[in-house]
Amino acid sequence: MCETCGCGHPHDSSPAHDAAHAHGHEHSHDHAHDHAPPVRTLNVNQPALALNQRFADQNRGWFRAKALTVFNLLSSPGSGKTTLLERTLCDLPGSAAIVGDLQTENDARRLRASGAQAIQITTGATCHLDAHMVAHVLDKLDTSGLRFLFIENVGNLVCPASYDLGETRRVVLLSVTEGEDKPLKYPVIFRTADLVLVAKCDLAEAVGFDRAQALANIRQAAPKAQMLEISSKTGAGLQNWYAWLRD
Amino acid sequence: MHELSLMTNLLDAAVNAADGAPICALRVRVGPLSGVVVEALRFAFEALTPGTPAANARLDIEETLPAFHCPHCNMDFSPPALHYECPACGAVDGELRGGDELELIAIEVPDHV
Ligand SMILES: Nc1nc2c(ncn2[C@@H]2O[C@H](COP(=O)(O)OP(=O)(O)OP(=O)(O)O)[C@@H](O)[C@H]2O)c(=O)[nH]1
Ligand SMILES: [Mg+2]
Ligand SMILES: [Zn+2]
Repeated sequence: MCETCGCGHPHDSSPAHDAAHAHGHEHSHDHAHDHAPPVRTLNVNQPALALNQRFADQNRGWFRAKALTVFNLLSSPGSGKTTLLERTLCDLPGSAAIVGDLQTENDARRLRASGAQAIQITTGATCHLDAHMVAHVLDKLDTSGLRFLFIENVGNLVCPASYDLGETRRVVLLSVTEGEDKPLKYPVIFRTADLVLVAKCDLAEAVGFDRAQALANIRQAAPKAQMLEISSKTGAGLQNWYAWLRD
Repeated sequence: MHELSLMTNLLDAAVNAADGAPICALRVRVGPLSGVVVEALRFAFEALTPGTPAANARLDIEETLPAFHCPHCNMDFSPPALHYECPACGAVDGELRGGDELELIAIEVPDHV
């Protein structure tokens, strides 16, 4: 008697038994019973992002060959990435930007007003930039005199975290209007940050921003990251940002 | 919902490895720092497999723990969520050695193929 399901057959997975068993007897019990055929395990050991990693490494090599320092800017929608870059591209000679957006060319158009190069990647339905999309537009960049390349990612605190673009450093923005708890709610992206920018500080008072709590939460979620407080509107803290970029 | 594109990658890798055989099971390892939601991964699997060699496959998910190494104490530790400090010396510059993975470990195919 089969001890597993009581079907009256010894469970023997040898091929001989399997052949003998293929005789179509009726099972009297009613649970699904499919004498699982013998299987073979094939080791694969392939990361889901293996291909992205290859392109990221290739991008990194390209950036190094061109002596570019590359920053991947991440935040939720509307935290102030483009506004910060509008000022940064003006103030920091030798800067250019690549901008990811789901639908529009707006951000690149805004950035070009600074006179700097800005290349738009429209991702369509994709909620993040990947290294392959970035690789595709690199040949559009005029790299003569270029030192800093900023990549504005799609506004999203989840998906872009997983995609290495080949950047030198990662910057995560948290604007004071988003709430102090965001670092704890999105720990994965904050943990990967080299720098956390607390943005729109000019609005802190108006929205009752609990600065001490926010800084403590950032510390906890991103203990290795540096932290700076800025306002792209008033310019407060931007000198520290530029110093960090040049470092 | 980047789980959909990540699952697409895992299924491509599985179909490649199966080399024409139907796939009975996929064994996938997911770390808590991968940024992937296991439920969303399962949903993507259900949505993507019909009509593929993995149509009847089982998805076995193995969830790992974060693994850090403290360079000062030369010690490995697995901190609870959002506490990355070394339990011995409190340093926060531990090196991440695991827990951010999302990978296809193995597949099962019928033995007679
Ligand atoms: N008061 C104030 N407003 C700001 C500041 N920075 C940005 N804003 C405003 O915030 C809004 C969103 O800014 P953007 O720079 O477009 O934000 P973003 O992160 O690029 O947005 P997406 O690309 O859509 O994710 C705009 O109305 C900006 O004028 C700031 O420092 N202070
Ligand atoms: Mg923008
Ligand atoms: Zn230690």
